[in-house]
Formats: sequence, structure tokens, C-alpha cells
Amino acid sequence: MPVLARWIEAAGIPTVLVTMMPDLATKLFTPRTVGVEFPFGHPFGLPHDTAMQNRVLDEAFHVLAGADRFGTRVDIDLEWPIPRKDAYKAWQPPEPSPIVKLWIEREMLNRQ
Amino acid sequence: MIVDSYRFLPRSFRPIYENVRPDGTDPVWAPFEKRLSDSRIALLTSSGMFLEDSQESFDLDRERAEPTWGDPSFRTIPAQMGAIGLAHLHISYDDILDDPNIAFPIDRLTEAAAGGRIGEVAPRHISVMGFQEKSLEGWRKLTAPGIIELLHRDEVDGLILAPV
Repeated sequence: MPVLARWIEAAGIPTVLVTMMPDLATKLFTPRTVGVEFPFGHPFGLPHDTAMQNRVLDEAFHVLAGADRFGTRVDIDLEWPIPRKDAYKAWQPPEPSPIVKLWIEREMLNRQ
Repeated sequence: MIVDSYRFLPRSFRPIYENVRPDGTDPVWAPFEKRLSDSRIALLTSSGMFLEDSQESFDLDRERAEPTWGDPSFRTIPAQMGAIGLAHLHISYDDILDDPNIAFPIDRLTEAAAGGRIGEVAPRHISVMGFQEKSLEGWRKLTAPGIIELLHRDEVDGLILAPV
């Protein structure tokens, strides 16, 4: 996704990336980034929590329109209200994705 | 606060993300010149969302057969979107189907336009399926040019991208 943001930005359209992995966004030279410490699948927060969704969206507007330099990153100070181990389980697919199955078969994952 | 990018990632996946290399390093920058309250804003989600009644799903059968491949096509989602399906083998669908706004906040964007925080909601938005081949050839050659043409045609002033 950072690469899509870069290509679209290079075509003259301002972009902002709202992401659970802002370190990756920075590393891949994303023009504008808003970081959230939320489980995967939830860049704008919890279902039906309009206040949380608006908080993230407003920060995205702010960074999109207000950032004055390439590589701007703003992290949102919101804690996920569900215990980590439950949220960690809940975002994952019902079975491992094909690539993860392949990694497991080939013992490419360093299981700790 | 500094977000911990790895808080919800299985520990064994971490090296995969840490070893990613940039496609380009030049500082691409399109200045945002209008007032937000006069601007037309579009959304892009990587959740593999599609319109259940009128669009094909992303190709998950091929991904199951070729695990390093991901469908590089994109779908156009109108602001009034109706029933949606999801096609993404790397996340749970439960919460997004319960409230698509957590990945694609079209209702919040519509309210922002009604309240004057932005000018207007773009007529068309974008959905891709975020798991892609390492080379990104499909995205580079077809999908990105297609998305850019659509955004230019709709005179979009800014795009909010949200990977899942």
C-alpha cells in the first residue's frame, strides 16, 4: 500500500495512509502517514464506534491537508479497548492464508 | 505516543516486514492546495471489498493454488454502495461485515461533507486486495494507472488509503 500511495502522489494527487504499521510506511517512503495501534483489519477503529472512527478520519484530514513536508507521520494516541490477546486472535482469518501455510510447510517461519 | 507497529503481528512474521525494501526513495509530493472544506475526498481500502450484487469477487481460488500470487485488480465502489462482500484470505471478515466503516469509512466521510469539514465525497472510491506478488507488476502496470485515471477524471483533491 505505501507503494500505491507513492505512485498516486507522483501522479499529482495528495495522499495520506492510515495504517497499523507506520514503521513500515516510513521505511517505504510514504508521503503522509497516520499511525494507529489497532489490530489488523481495523484502521478506523471499532465497529459502530463513530467517535473513534471520526477521531482517526479527522486526523487523516488534518495530515492530508496540513502536512508541509514529505514523510510526515502522526501517530494517534488511542489504546485499543480490548485485551491484546483477545484482539490478536480476533483479527486473524479462520485458517492460515495460503502464503502462511506455505511458509509453515517450508519451515520458513522462525517459531518462537 | 509512538505506535508499536508490531503489537498485533505474530512474532514470527516480523522479519518479513523488517526485510521489506522500498520501491523508490525519492520524495514524491503533491501539495494539498485547496481548503479542506472545498475539497473532494476519495477513499481506498485494501480489504478486498466488492459490490455483492454487481461485481465479481477477487480471485481467491488462484491465490489458494498459487500462494505467492494475489489478485492485482481493483473495484470501483460508489459512494452509495449497497451490500458488500469481502475477499481477503489474510484477515477475519467479522468486524468489517458488521461495520464496513472500520476499513472504509464512507458513512463518516459523508457526514464530514454534510457538516462542512470537507467539501464533498468523491463519486467513486477504490478497493484492492492487499496481498500482492512481490514484484507488484500487476499493480504497477494496470491497477495504479487505472486508479490514477479514475481519480483524475473525478477531479479528486485528496485520497485516504487504508490498508487492512
